[in-house]
Amino acid sequence: MTATVIDGELDTFPKLLARNAVKFGNKAAYREKEFGIWQTWTWAQTKDEIESLALGMLALGLNEGDHVAIIGRNRPYLYWAMTAAQCCGAIPVPLYNDANAEEMAYVLEHCGARFAIVEDQEQVDKVIDAQETVHGIDEIIYLDKRGMRKYDHAHMNAYEDVQAEGRAGHHRLEPIMQERCAALNLDSTCVMLYTSGTTGRPKGVVLSNRNIISAASSSSGFDHLNASDSVLAYLPMAWVGDFIFSIGQCFWTGFCVACPESPETMQTDLREIGPTYFFAPPRFFEGMLTTVMIRMEDANRLKKRMFKYFMDHAKKVGPAMLDGKTVNGGDRLKYFIGNILIYGPLKNTLGMSRVRVGYTAGEAIGPEIFEFYRSLGINLKQLYGQTEAGVFVTQQPDGEVRADTVGVPSPGVEVKINDNGEVLYRSDSSFVEYYKNPESTADTKDADGWVATGDAGFFEESSGHLRIIDRAKDVGKMSDGSMFAPKFVENKLKFFPNILEVVVFGNGRDTCTAFINIDLNAVGNWAERNNIAYASYQELAGHPEVYQTIKEHVEEVNISVAEDSMLSGCQISRFLVLHKELDADDGEMTRTRKVRRRIVEEKYSDLIEGLYNGATEVSTETEVTYEDGRKGSIKATVQIEDAKTVARKAKAA
Amino acid sequence: MNATAESYVTEDGRTIGAPVMEMKNITLKFGGVTAISNISFDIREGEIRAIIGPNGAGKSSMLNVINGFYHPQEGEIWFHGEKRKPMKPYQIAQQGIARTFQNIALFKGMSTLDNIMTGRFTHMKTNMLMQAIWKGPAEREENLNRDIVEHVIDFLEIQAIRKTPVGRLPYGLQKRVELGRALAAQPKLLLLDEPMAGMNVEEKEDMSRFILDVNDEFGTTIALIEHDMGVVMDISDRVVVLDYGKKIGDGTPDEVRNNQDVIDAYLGVAHD
Repeated sequence: MTATVIDGELDTFPKLLARNAVKFGNKAAYREKEFGIWQTWTWAQTKDEIESLALGMLALGLNEGDHVAIIGRNRPYLYWAMTAAQCCGAIPVPLYNDANAEEMAYVLEHCGARFAIVEDQEQVDKVIDAQETVHGIDEIIYLDKRGMRKYDHAHMNAYEDVQAEGRAGHHRLEPIMQERCAALNLDSTCVMLYTSGTTGRPKGVVLSNRNIISAASSSSGFDHLNASDSVLAYLPMAWVGDFIFSIGQCFWTGFCVACPESPETMQTDLREIGPTYFFAPPRFFEGMLTTVMIRMEDANRLKKRMFKYFMDHAKKVGPAMLDGKTVNGGDRLKYFIGNILIYGPLKNTLGMSRVRVGYTAGEAIGPEIFEFYRSLGINLKQLYGQTEAGVFVTQQPDGEVRADTVGVPSPGVEVKINDNGEVLYRSDSSFVEYYKNPESTADTKDADGWVATGDAGFFEESSGHLRIIDRAKDVGKMSDGSMFAPKFVENKLKFFPNILEVVVFGNGRDTCTAFINIDLNAVGNWAERNNIAYASYQELAGHPEVYQTIKEHVEEVNISVAEDSMLSGCQISRFLVLHKELDADDGEMTRTRKVRRRIVEEKYSDLIEGLYNGATEVSTETEVTYEDGRKGSIKATVQIEDAKTVARKAKAA
Repeated sequence: MNATAESYVTEDGRTIGAPVMEMKNITLKFGGVTAISNISFDIREGEIRAIIGPNGAGKSSMLNVINGFYHPQEGEIWFHGEKRKPMKPYQIAQQGIARTFQNIALFKGMSTLDNIMTGRFTHMKTNMLMQAIWKGPAEREENLNRDIVEHVIDFLEIQAIRKTPVGRLPYGLQKRVELGRALAAQPKLLLLDEPMAGMNVEEKEDMSRFILDVNDEFGTTIALIEHDMGVVMDISDRVVVLDYGKKIGDGTPDEVRNNQDVIDAYLGVAHD
């Protein structure tokens, strides 16, 4: 195993903080837009903020080894709370802030959190709700004072009041904090993150300082990140990637983390900050491309023609230029002009002008979407990872970027494929254990430290890059014995802007069928353009012309699926457009927006039956959960359409 | 509750002070039509006071009287213990009374930010010349006012539409911007004319939350007209009920709910 070099002095986050406060004292560490202005905290100020909070929490009685739940959207104060907890020898546990009270209660109970640091009244209410069943929480610290006046403050404090208390008592408390910090080492727990859980209950992944710091240092080295970089932190704080980017790499390299003003202003804030290092799930890039295309449709003829002309040229030479391959002078000149007229302004609008390294992961990205961004000169790459790995398993080096692979093993990571075709890895960054769950730990991580990913994949012989086929347990067989890999087909369909989500069925059956969710943004715009009136998502989803369009998409995909000798059996013979969007609040998706296949199958069993018994429509009633936890139901009659499939090619051919 | 007491404490523990505004025997006529006849009630410091009633009961007329749009033929208005002389609406605005309108009255072509900024107008002291020169007092004043406006934007969670022309916003958000403009004036008394008309359930809940938060955060006294009885009963401390220009009930939501005259006015009376 290649050990990652960690400077002996810098083996914990409090130590990294102390170094940064000296080395980068006056450099921006965190920014947040508030009251219309970007507020900035330097590393020296950040250290003061973090330590004041830590001292305040010591005064409130935070003990060594306690768990501190942190709930809210991306805000500097909450990032500081994580390090502050570490300074007290406690363990931060960030939670998904959009989780409902029930999901939150499970995690709070499981980790036995004693302190909860939350953003606002909404989150305080959820924690109070959870306290009906969870009894371990002794103190709640809240950030936003609004609406909090009437609450019982016996065990509740405002964030700034805790800091004030810490500052006041610093003579008394500082020695305790220093003692706690000194007791930390490489193998102390750095953070505990809960997996989103596509199957069953979320699991608490324990990551040590060794895991996080080695992941941060080797990945920063891989992409040459340094203190002059900046990122926009907008992905859930409970997600491992955000922890690595906004705390791990940020503390390791000293770069600046900017937090958006509100979730809705993310796009504007992105443009204002112009990050140099950017991560987004494929869904985000798809959404942005859809918006660009919709707006181009509304542009005048000249602009449309210019856009088409230069984008065609960019597709031809852009990726090659980004990879540093030789491109002839004429094409370079034309690209240069295009950059002034189209690519530059477009990148600026998207907030991507300064992006030096961009990553996407989590799901497959459509080749066209991927190429679009690369042809503009944005260095978008793919990585493959998971919480248990401290994010990075494989990533694409500069110059070897392709849409269909996930790259080579990250520095310090060993990857192998076992006999079942499952991908395994081993590294310094691999997690310690699942909290209070030795059985799962043993199932996932063997005695030699190899961790099973649960994904089926293979190494491409020509390039040495890893390719992921699907979740190992989702890969099945059709009744005639041919391979069934739903993700393969779903991804092809999701590359159409009109289609947001797809669930393909067919394991153990003789044909494949699909549920489809339309993308309201794209289809809604199309409807407006064609004077199609609709009152609701449900009505639009059931519109005959929408069905016709989706049918064309499905048939197009069938043709492309038929070309794959291994998976040609996965063509979709019948489909329906769902009357509601799959939603995490209804448990149909995880909070990171991955479909929970089994739950969808159970919940819509009547529709699946309709797909296979030849019915042309099915009446159904579905329970929905609103954001505030109330339940309602939607009644609908869902149409079922047949789609043409292509005869399988003879294998001998 | 004793109506003449100096103060009272609400169910949720807020202390409501002495009357800020007292309407004494107000009568308002338009030609031969009596819109309001001989109505008296008060609005107390820090409370949420609702005025309800069926269509044509005289609710909006009442608000327009408070606001100085209409001048009643009879009766007196007492504000902070002084009898108010007939005034122009802008003078009343300067006294710290701001309002929103039943039909949205925003500048459609201007951005949310600029619209809310107009709410600061009565607080601006620099003249047009100083603003043209810009450097110095005008700039300082703009910065100060912008800061107040940004806090309102933050409070109402409308950061994402800061630069959007309000004409392009959905109805519910326009209503919120209008509330923002009224709040930017930092009023002592806020008048809301049907703040939830035409909203869906979710928008109504948001708006109710904001009204309660305004009252709680800034201690602003609020008088509102609303049709949605559920909302009124939930958020207001005291309710006055009008019907055909007459006051038929006044008291806490519970008292009003059980008042036979009110029930008759809303549900109708059986004529036998």
